[in-house]
This record gives sequence, structure tokens and C-alpha cells, in this order.
Amino acid sequence: MKPFTYERVATPAQAAAAVLRRPGAKFIAGGTNLLDLMKLQIEVPPHLVDVGRTGLDKIDPTPDGGLRIGALVTNTDLAADRRIRRDYGVLSRALVAGASGQLRNKATTAGNLLQRTRCPYFYDTNQPCNKRQPGTGCAGIGGVSRQLGVIGTSDACIATHPSDMAVAMRVLDAVVETIDAQGRTRAIPIAEFHRLPDNTPHIETSLTADELITGVKLPAPIGGTQMYRKVRDRASYAFALVSVAAIIQKDGTGRVAVGGIAPRPWRIEAAETELPLGAKAVTDRLLADAHPASDNAFKITLVERTLAAVVSKAKAA
Amino acid sequence: MTVNFEVNGIARSLTVDTRTTLLDALREHLQLTGTKKGCDHGQCGACTVIADGRRINACLSLAVMHEGRKVTTIEGLGTPDLLHPVQAAFIRHDGYQCGYCTPGQICSAIAVLQEIRAGIPSHATEDLMARPQATNMEMRERMSGNICRCGAYSNIAQAMAEVAGVKA
Repeated sequence: MKPFTYERVATPAQAAAAVLRRPGAKFIAGGTNLLDLMKLQIEVPPHLVDVGRTGLDKIDPTPDGGLRIGALVTNTDLAADRRIRRDYGVLSRALVAGASGQLRNKATTAGNLLQRTRCPYFYDTNQPCNKRQPGTGCAGIGGVSRQLGVIGTSDACIATHPSDMAVAMRVLDAVVETIDAQGRTRAIPIAEFHRLPDNTPHIETSLTADELITGVKLPAPIGGTQMYRKVRDRASYAFALVSVAAIIQKDGTGRVAVGGIAPRPWRIEAAETELPLGAKAVTDRLLADAHPASDNAFKITLVERTLAAVVSKAKAA
Repeated sequence: MTVNFEVNGIARSLTVDTRTTLLDALREHLQLTGTKKGCDHGQCGACTVIADGRRINACLSLAVMHEGRKVTTIEGLGTPDLLHPVQAAFIRHDGYQCGYCTPGQICSAIAVLQEIRAGIPSHATEDLMARPQATNMEMRERMSGNICRCGAYSNIAQAMAEVAGVKA
């Protein structure tokens, strides 16, 4: 790791102010992704602001019948929360489908949203990568792209967002809440939180440099059969090739978001109107703009078949 | 930078470079070499310790982040004369071959059994609203963050089943 200084802060506002004072500084909470990347010198922050003791570790009811999840709530605690298991089952399921028990014990809600891609070319510092080093090119395009994106990608980057949790958050219409160094707060719908790469794949979210995530708000429960189906190369502890988060109602309508295929959880509300017609109709509309490479074209078929499995299981439930 | 924390019940005060991971603090500063460095990237689980009651990868945590906190390593679980029940079960069931991953496997196994008792769900849990049971599938899924090059998995699962009081 490159040398860095470290400070601990007591409040979210102090954290945002501390990061603003030192250009390039980063927040650290669980640290499971950031420290990994710092060891590889892919992330080289000169200063770390430890937000772990800012008290954002509660899950509280909201006035409109939903829940506000503190930014520091661990993936384990979130998955295990009785209200989440009961009313937001897709979120519990997505969380336990991700990482390992050790990582889920440290990884936080905000950190999970902010984790970086696992594109092998992003990790290999001998390869060009516009996300890691803007302007150097993309080794993934024309490279081994089995794990990489098929939609929402650009000529500059075809990496995917690796989170399972975020896919469930997207299907639940979660809202990301933040605070900046001036103490201004903001509520960002999850659909607008992760940016598509276009020509700036190194800019991954709509956050400003001094903006700290304080929590994630879930709207009131919408019921339905909630499922998260993840397809991967190993039965456990592997990133998704394709994952489907779905909430299917008794009348056959519902919501669908897909992971493992795009730079952000992929959901197109208009495609969901096709749900009563079956998985193919939804997939055709959801992935109409896909441009896969030869290595990852299978993901299109895999989305359709995974969704078909989810829909038929929902009908049987 | 100084860090004051409790390791295996003993208060410790260390002066470390900010870059020092919890793993390196344990091994290089406190000579607690039972915790092993495998991949150093959170992929293998050899560095698993129990921090504030939860198993974590010591390689992906900075020592300074543990100020005022408690850490338990393999050395804090049992001694050769007074083994932890999970350590004894690993010996009885031959839950290792070379032994390098074993301290991490044992720390993880102890925490897994606690997680099941605490009702924390896993990917193998069929009903999110029912209490998870210590089945073979549950334990195997929950142990997926600990890899064993020698392939002692089935014996590890048997050791865990014995401690949990269930059939392997």
C-alpha cells in the first residue's frame, strides 16, 4: 500500500468535511473492497477518514411505512433483520447470495453500493483500463469477456457492477440518502445512483467528492413473492454471471431487475409490463439494446431462462 | 499511530504504520502466528479471526480501525491441554491435512455455529422466517469463505456436525 494518514470522526458531517479538506481522501467503513484495491495500488488515497463510529448502524421505520437502513449496517445484520426478511425478502436473499460470511460481517450497506467492478482488466495493472486509468483504453473489449457486460456498456468500458444487494435495492425502488461537507442532504433514487460509463467510466456514481452516504431508504413493503436467483460458476462465493431479482404479484404483474450484465442493476420498468406474456417477452424488451461479445452472448439466453425459472417458481408459490 | 485493543482477553497497545493490517499486527507485532496469511485479499479465509463476536478476514482490516475493540484468534480459543470443543472435533475427524488453513477454518466454524444459533440466514436457508438449522448444506454454504487446498472439507463438515449435535 502507498502511505496514507488516517483519522476517525464522530459524525457524518465531520466525515464529509474531513474528506473535503484533503484532496483524494476517501471514507472507509468496512474496508473490504477499498483495502483490497489499496494493496494492489489501484486505489491510492493519501488520507482515510474512518466513518465506522458515526452511529449510522441502525435500521429505523420511516413515517411512510418503510425502513431507513443506516449506511453502516453490515450486510449480515441487514440480511438477518426480521423486518427485512419478512417484508423485503428479495433483499435478504440478494445479500446472502453475495461474498462470504466473513466479508458480509464487515461489508456495509453504503460500501456495498460503492464497491468497484471485478473486471479482471481493472484488477490487472499491466493492462489498459479506462476505469482505473482514464484514457488508456479498454482491454476487456476484444479480451476475455465472459464475466463482462452486455448492455449499458460503452466503447470505453464494458465492466459490470458486481453487487447483488444493489440489484434488490433497484427492484425495491430504494433511495440513497447523503450529506455533504456543507451539511446539505440529498435523496438519490437508486436508478440514478450508478452512472453508465459513456466516456468517463472512472466516474461511477452521482456522488460528489465530499458526499457521504448516510443511509438507504426503502419504501413501504409491496408484498408479492420476492426472489433472488443468482447463476454463477461456483455454488457459493462467486460473482454473478447473471442474477435476477423479482417481485411477482398474485395477478402475474411484477418487477424485475437483473445483475451481472451491466454497469448498474439493469431494470426497465416498461419491460415489466410484458411479465404476463412470459420471460422471453420481458427479456426481449429488457435487453433490446444489448451488444454482447462472443464470450458473453450466452448471458442473453441465461437472463431469459433464469427469469423463466423465477416466474414459474413464483406461480407455484 | 497507536492502537489500543484487546487480543485474546489481554489489553494491548501498539505503535503501527497506518498501513498495518489487523493480520500483520497479530502476526508481526504480537507474534500471534496462529492466524495465517494466505492470499492477503480476503479470498481464502486463512486469516479469519473473531472481532467483536463476528468472524472477519484480518487481512482486509486495518489495525487502527480496531481501537478499543476485541479480537479473538486461534490462540485465544484453546490450548493443547484444554482444547476448544471445535478444535477437539477437528482432531477427532481429521479436519485437515497440512494444517495451514486450520486456524481460519476453526475460527470460522465456531462463528458459523453461533450464526446459525443466532438465526442469521444464509444462501442455503429455504425459509427466511424459520430458524436456520445446522444441516450439512447450511454449514457448507457458510464455510465457503474458507478454502482448503488439501480438500479436508467433508471431515471439517463432520467435525462441525458433531459439535452442533447433528448427523453429518
